[in-house]
Amino acid sequence: MGEALVVKTMEEYMAEGKEPEILFWVGSAGSYDDRAKKISRAFVKILNKAKVDFAVLGPEESCTGDVAKRAGNEFLFQMQAMMNIEVLNGYGIKRIVTCDPHSFNTLKNEYPSLGGNYSVVHHTQFIKELMDTGRLSIEGQTYKDKRITFHDPCYLGRANSVFEAPREVLAKTNAKITEMKRHKKTALCCGAGGAQMFKEPETGDMDINVLRTQQALETSPDIIATGCPYCNTMMTDGIKAHEKEDSVKVLDVAELIASSGNL
Amino acid sequence: MNLIIPMISFIPNIVFALFLAFGIGYFIKNVKKLIRNIKLGREADITGNKGQRWKNMAMIALGQSKMVVRPIAGLMHIIVYVGFVIINIEVLEIIIDGLLGTHRIFAFLGGFYDFLIGSFEILAFLVIVAVLIFWVRRNVIRLKRFIKPEMEGWPKKDGNLILYIELVLMFLFLTMNATDLQLQQMGVEHYVEAGAFPISQFIAPLFEGMSQESLVLMERTAWWLHILGILFFLNYLYFSKHLHILLAFPNTFYGKLNPQGQFNNVEAVTNEVKLMMDPSADPFASTTEEDTEEPEKFGASDVMDLNWVQLLNAYTCTECGRCTSECPANQTGKKLSPRKIMMDTRDRLEEVGKNIDANKGAFQPDGKQLLDDYISREELWACTTCNACVEACPVSIDPLSIIMEMRRFLVMEQSAAPTELNNMMSNIENNGAPWPYNQMDRLNWVNE
Repeated sequence: MGEALVVKTMEEYMAEGKEPEILFWVGSAGSYDDRAKKISRAFVKILNKAKVDFAVLGPEESCTGDVAKRAGNEFLFQMQAMMNIEVLNGYGIKRIVTCDPHSFNTLKNEYPSLGGNYSVVHHTQFIKELMDTGRLSIEGQTYKDKRITFHDPCYLGRANSVFEAPREVLAKTNAKITEMKRHKKTALCCGAGGAQMFKEPETGDMDINVLRTQQALETSPDIIATGCPYCNTMMTDGIKAHEKEDSVKVLDVAELIASSGNL
Repeated sequence: MNLIIPMISFIPNIVFALFLAFGIGYFIKNVKKLIRNIKLGREADITGNKGQRWKNMAMIALGQSKMVVRPIAGLMHIIVYVGFVIINIEVLEIIIDGLLGTHRIFAFLGGFYDFLIGSFEILAFLVIVAVLIFWVRRNVIRLKRFIKPEMEGWPKKDGNLILYIELVLMFLFLTMNATDLQLQQMGVEHYVEAGAFPISQFIAPLFEGMSQESLVLMERTAWWLHILGILFFLNYLYFSKHLHILLAFPNTFYGKLNPQGQFNNVEAVTNEVKLMMDPSADPFASTTEEDTEEPEKFGASDVMDLNWVQLLNAYTCTECGRCTSECPANQTGKKLSPRKIMMDTRDRLEEVGKNIDANKGAFQPDGKQLLDDYISREELWACTTCNACVEACPVSIDPLSIIMEMRRFLVMEQSAAPTELNNMMSNIENNGAPWPYNQMDRLNWVNE
């Protein structure tokens, strides 16, 4: 990927006696999943370009427990949550940004009742903020007139009513944004939520991701944009099932911005 | 003789009063049963902004804001809803007339009365049209969501019966007015000239040439059947999915206020986890004090383990199936149907209620439960927790919360998660990630 990324841990900030502007919660997918790691890198490029003082927890970060909670394991969720809260509160973290809508939802909505109170934003919201305040602008025309359709991640859209930020950010690429019939509040799930990502689906006549990509393909897109590493995996697999991997790409909003701005 | 005649003339009033008392009394009896059954649930979190709750009720139940998401069904539904609410003003007059032996007692309102009766008639006509369209959607077009497996048998019949009853009530109302109009025009005593009849004026000619006696008989029959029909319908509610016309109001009031993605925190777990994580805690301190108490059951395997709002949800569901038609699992042929989750919960709760009735107020274990006997594990594990069902519900029912409580039971009480999920969870326990990677490698992505 070429030039080195500047990523500092909270521990390093502490040693320097400094405080970052925001904590980047990378999440398990963003840390370990090969496809999602590219999203983390693209987002850091944006942060570096906008000269944002951000920190990561690195080895001190642990799974939010979101997926354990959706699977029904409240014990494991709360154990994870309390460990993370101890670390976050220990560093006095106030603001968190993440590329994963599941982490976003859990940190924002489910950590407060366990003692973790932070201002949490999704990376598409943060990118929009950087653009609105003039800290980031896109010069490139890479995606001009390309057809992009945005797949709303359930835990960003329906679950937390964040619909506009990703769309406004995408609009900055000068691409042509097309909407699927089911979008925003009525968007269809990619099939990964509720711990489905980690198990085989129950017997049925179709896989959910194949149905959702079919809906996306109906808009004849060049690119399917997402804002979630799990949606990304599901939609990518769906595109393969439709044998469209040569003509349609699945990209995260952060990747689109990073490559559009020639970062 | 002199005494008997006035007594006889009071008989209709007395019969009416008896029917009315019985109709309302039996309804109240069932409402009490309904409340008792709902209270079998655990405590629910109903804190939060009261103002927002009233607003939700006003917008969603009274204002039908979520019905119109689907414009055709929404518009038809508003007609039937407004029709029934407004036409029921007429029922007030019918009840007073019935008790006092008067006829059209509000006739003194003059022009306003004409306006009222006139609008009731137009609404009645519109209700008939809407109900016919509803019937066609269910039985001729056979919309997918009305013919799912859980709709076979009674639910399908129930849906149609409601339409038939509404149709009959509207026809009786119009027949009553048409014969009344005919009698008014003949100048028959007791039939004061009052009201406007924009619809029944077209039915009235059918009765032309009939004798006064036959007309009075028809008018009275229609009048009686109409009010008896309403009392019957009122009592039918408890045995039907149609309870939503009442329960939609409390249900939208007590509906979830938090973001849809926020699942409730299980306090009982929090207490135990805190104890486990606190190095200074004495592990024996709490057990000795409370060892007579049974430890709280995690999650739900039966209706009594759910909270009362979830049980209210179950009684409120009118089986419209919007949830199921939006469900990604159901759309791709999986067994899960959020509507079935609600119907199963209600049916099991009714079964528990009958058990309590039969056993002098105390539930006797019947070897059955909501899990497995009603809702299968396959259904529970097919859910993506996407909230599409919650979003789709026009009356703020939350099927997902029931699915979650049942998953919690399976995982925390029975360790019965699918194997792959157990692997995922042990990865989290061991490495702090759902995959088997070393926690120390969390930053490797930076330099790859």
